Amino acid sequence: MSNTRQADAVSPWRAPILFLILVALFVAEGTMRNALFSGSWNTALAILNMGLISAIMALGVNMQWGYAGLFNAGVVGFLALGGLAPVLISTEPVQGAWAAGGARVLVALVVGLGTLVLAAQVWRRFSGPLRVPALIAVLIIGFVVYRGLFDPAVMAIEANDSARTGNIGGLGWPVLLSWPVGALFAAAAAWGVGKVALGLRSDYLAIATLGIGEIIVAVMRNEEWLSRGVKNVSGIPRPVPYELDLQNSPDFVARAADWGLSPTVASGIWVKLLYAGLFGLVLLGLILLAELALKSPWGRMMRAIRDNETAAEAMGKDVTRRHLQIFIIGSAVIGLAGAMMVTLDGLLSPTSFNPLRYTFLIWVMVIVGGSGNNWGAALGAILIWFLWIKAEVWGPEFMRLVTAPMPEGVLRDHLLGSAPHMRFIALGLVLLVVLRFAPRGLVPEK
Amino acid sequence: MAEPYLSAADMRGGYGKADILNGCTLTVERGQIAVIVGPNGAGKSTAMKAVFGMLNLREGSVRLAGEDITQLTPQERVRKGMGFVPQTHNIFPTMTVEENLEMGAFIRDDDFRDTMEQVYTLFPAVAEKRKQNAGELSGGQRQQVAVGRALMTRPSLLMLDEPTAGVSPIVMDELFDRIIEVARTGISILMVEQNARQALEIADIGYVLVQGANRYTDTGQALLADPEVRRTFLGG
Amino acid sequence: MDILNALVAILNFVVIPAAAYGAQLALGALGVTLIYGILRFSNFAHGDTMAFGTALVILVTWGLQALGISLGPLPTALLALPIGIALTSVLVLGVDRAVYRFYRRKRSAPIILVMASVGVMFIMNGLTRLVIGVDEIRFDDGARFLISVQQFRAWTGLSEGLSLRVSQALTLVVTALACWALFRFLNRSRAGKAMRAYSDNEDLALLSGIDPERVVRLTWLIAAALAVTAGTLYGLDKSFKVFNYFQILLPIFAASIVGGLGNPLGAVAGGFIVAFSEVAVTYPWRKIAAYLGFETDGLLQLLSTEYKFAVSFVILIVVLLFRPTGLFRGKSV
Repeated sequence: MSNTRQADAVSPWRAPILFLILVALFVAEGTMRNALFSGSWNTALAILNMGLISAIMALGVNMQWGYAGLFNAGVVGFLALGGLAPVLISTEPVQGAWAAGGARVLVALVVGLGTLVLAAQVWRRFSGPLRVPALIAVLIIGFVVYRGLFDPAVMAIEANDSARTGNIGGLGWPVLLSWPVGALFAAAAAWGVGKVALGLRSDYLAIATLGIGEIIVAVMRNEEWLSRGVKNVSGIPRPVPYELDLQNSPDFVARAADWGLSPTVASGIWVKLLYAGLFGLVLLGLILLAELALKSPWGRMMRAIRDNETAAEAMGKDVTRRHLQIFIIGSAVIGLAGAMMVTLDGLLSPTSFNPLRYTFLIWVMVIVGGSGNNWGAALGAILIWFLWIKAEVWGPEFMRLVTAPMPEGVLRDHLLGSAPHMRFIALGLVLLVVLRFAPRGLVPEK
Repeated sequence: MAEPYLSAADMRGGYGKADILNGCTLTVERGQIAVIVGPNGAGKSTAMKAVFGMLNLREGSVRLAGEDITQLTPQERVRKGMGFVPQTHNIFPTMTVEENLEMGAFIRDDDFRDTMEQVYTLFPAVAEKRKQNAGELSGGQRQQVAVGRALMTRPSLLMLDEPTAGVSPIVMDELFDRIIEVARTGISILMVEQNARQALEIADIGYVLVQGANRYTDTGQALLADPEVRRTFLGG
Repeated sequence: MDILNALVAILNFVVIPAAAYGAQLALGALGVTLIYGILRFSNFAHGDTMAFGTALVILVTWGLQALGISLGPLPTALLALPIGIALTSVLVLGVDRAVYRFYRRKRSAPIILVMASVGVMFIMNGLTRLVIGVDEIRFDDGARFLISVQQFRAWTGLSEGLSLRVSQALTLVVTALACWALFRFLNRSRAGKAMRAYSDNEDLALLSGIDPERVVRLTWLIAAALAVTAGTLYGLDKSFKVFNYFQILLPIFAASIVGGLGNPLGAVAGGFIVAFSEVAVTYPWRKIAAYLGFETDGLLQLLSTEYKFAVSFVILIVVLLFRPTGLFRGKSV
């Protein structure tokens, strides 16, 4: 990584050209209707919105990887954790849920955390032969008390109108507020993992984050009182108007007619444009902050550590501490993106958090875009997202083209049916090719 | 005059852009012990690595038994009869003493049991622990294993990079005794040493290196007797 | 009598399943640890190598079944296993040539190799989906039980039953054989010792004339063989599903870290430690408590099975906190 970073001259036009290509792709998607493009602005904007959110995720990963060389293999977990925030903060409170067991769950969680803190204290304060038995005793007693409080509380909450809700519900606060909360959730988890796994060999962080990612997703899937698990939480409030309300507003319908659009299409486009504006604002703000931070003494030190960890350590820099900082910040950004994504979907679907899609796809975005460069990561994210979505359409088209001369039969059907799997192969190839032949990505670090 | 067994002439080169060796010449006769001494950063170890081919020379040549081996890789030089004992990381710690010696003989296709017995005769302390992991031995014994490993190819030139670094004075004397024994079997020794005084005691020829070039070259005894060398490099 | 029933229940629900699962993890962790020892990176593609190899074994099994070939009471997959190993080895060696060798020569940071292995993981995952799809597949044929619950009850007269499936017994036997062969190879043969030497001290191994590319090739071959064997046994024991093989990566990593990365003996021990903890923690102990005279309403299950991966993770964290080189002292770099 560090040795490929020598400053070969890179055209300053790389980023603008990539940007123009992206614009062209989206315009094509919005206007041209053929085998390759849908010709629908609604589709184009939907891809763009998720692309913008992907860009924020990529920004977070880029902070960790590009600026510190940390491999976070559990992006999906931090994302899911962030996505929990809109549910807990902004959905309407569930009638009777808090009375059923809210306080008890909170107490149980405090007991659980307290047990861990106490165990750590015991380990630190005690010495001699009593140390290990004391630690085990604390953990066992703590666990029994925790389960004793937690299980009945959860049962009570889940029994509360389980067909419609059965979860603890939210606070009913504005949804925008839940975004920074999502970032906080992810940051807290990152602190825990980073504290343990950082400062050891570099692979360990990758493995530990892989683990925490899977666990967070498992928690979301199974803790129905929290996230309703497979039943999903829908009806998460929006920061923008609903299409239906717009279509019912005579004012809006009239304006849509001026543009020559049907109210249905126009309302969809308008809502998506509002989202795009909101997400774009967040993205630009984050890039601005990241760039400012990088130019500060703190950022310079960060890069010095990345480029030569040993030298930085010899100069008295606390490398592990810096790594922990950047790991937390990067994870917070990923959590923010998670909250934004759930807001956009209006739905928390714990079963949809798939590591291939939400961890490794984001990695490809960063590597392709240009690790170490915020603009590169963002542009790479939107580009890869566009291609990922379109591959769903293009893959089968391509397969049909390839298999056209083949006789009808099992093999042809099999190939046609397995076209979606080609996405994984393509993605892997793109990652390997970029890593090998253009390790600095499309828009290299300056 | 016959050509010396090892003749590394006028070596210049380094790892990066700046040269570390600035015209360094080393020769060793058959069965001789040659010792390189000098202040820190004089390029002692670098000179030895250059002889062994771990460093690309910009200028100069290395000849062994009359053959030019300047272009050969370290592995090829091992086949030509060079044995090298690095200063650190010179054993396989999780393998037994016996396996360490076996790995030393990896390039040999013939029966190497005789050589192994010779090594055990040379280092009886190690022979007792042949089934133990080398990483569990004491510092001095590890060095013996390291030397033994290098001897397994039956080298004609044995190179030792600071073999006594970090061992006690008693162990050092013991090691030097063994090295003299090795030399008596006709093997040439080229050795870099921090413990200059003791090393020169056993040296047939000594090289004092300063800034990658030869400053003094003489027999060990003569260097020890030279007041100038004593004052500048041997601390009085 | 109740004590006996309790023992049988423990054997039936904890010891036997955990031993079989532990053996599967051990084989997987052996591959990971060997690759770490020689190539010095954690191979994220290992789970999907297992999946790919198993998919091939399943295809060959179907082929054999179509030809009417079977092994009688043993699963046909056993016959297909060598072919699956051979094909997977070819793929894995090709991948090393095309991907990893470049970074090895450049002496890239390990994390770059980890990243490359993620790319390989994607490709293997895609290939597996391409050849066999994403559905759950059961491919064990032959006899199902070595000892069935009814037989056991009839023999012993105990109320608690015990069953030993053929796939479980097979897993243990095959794993024992594989470990025996591997350790014999590593400790006795010249090539095996060269591998250990290379893992111990790369530079000195080079000086000793050990050819690194040969060692690397050998390592991939062994890792591939172990991976396909582990994957096939896991698939026979449970069932084959692509995503499960990605998920098994975490317990495998945990097992190899617990044992000390780069330490083969540690990997085997780690596999069983992780498996026994996982099963013991997720098993509801109520029935056994009842036999011993403690009647409770609760299930006495420490953690629901959905969180079995949390067990690997907690073990991992504990080891990282207290002994980062693993219980058996792996590489400390």
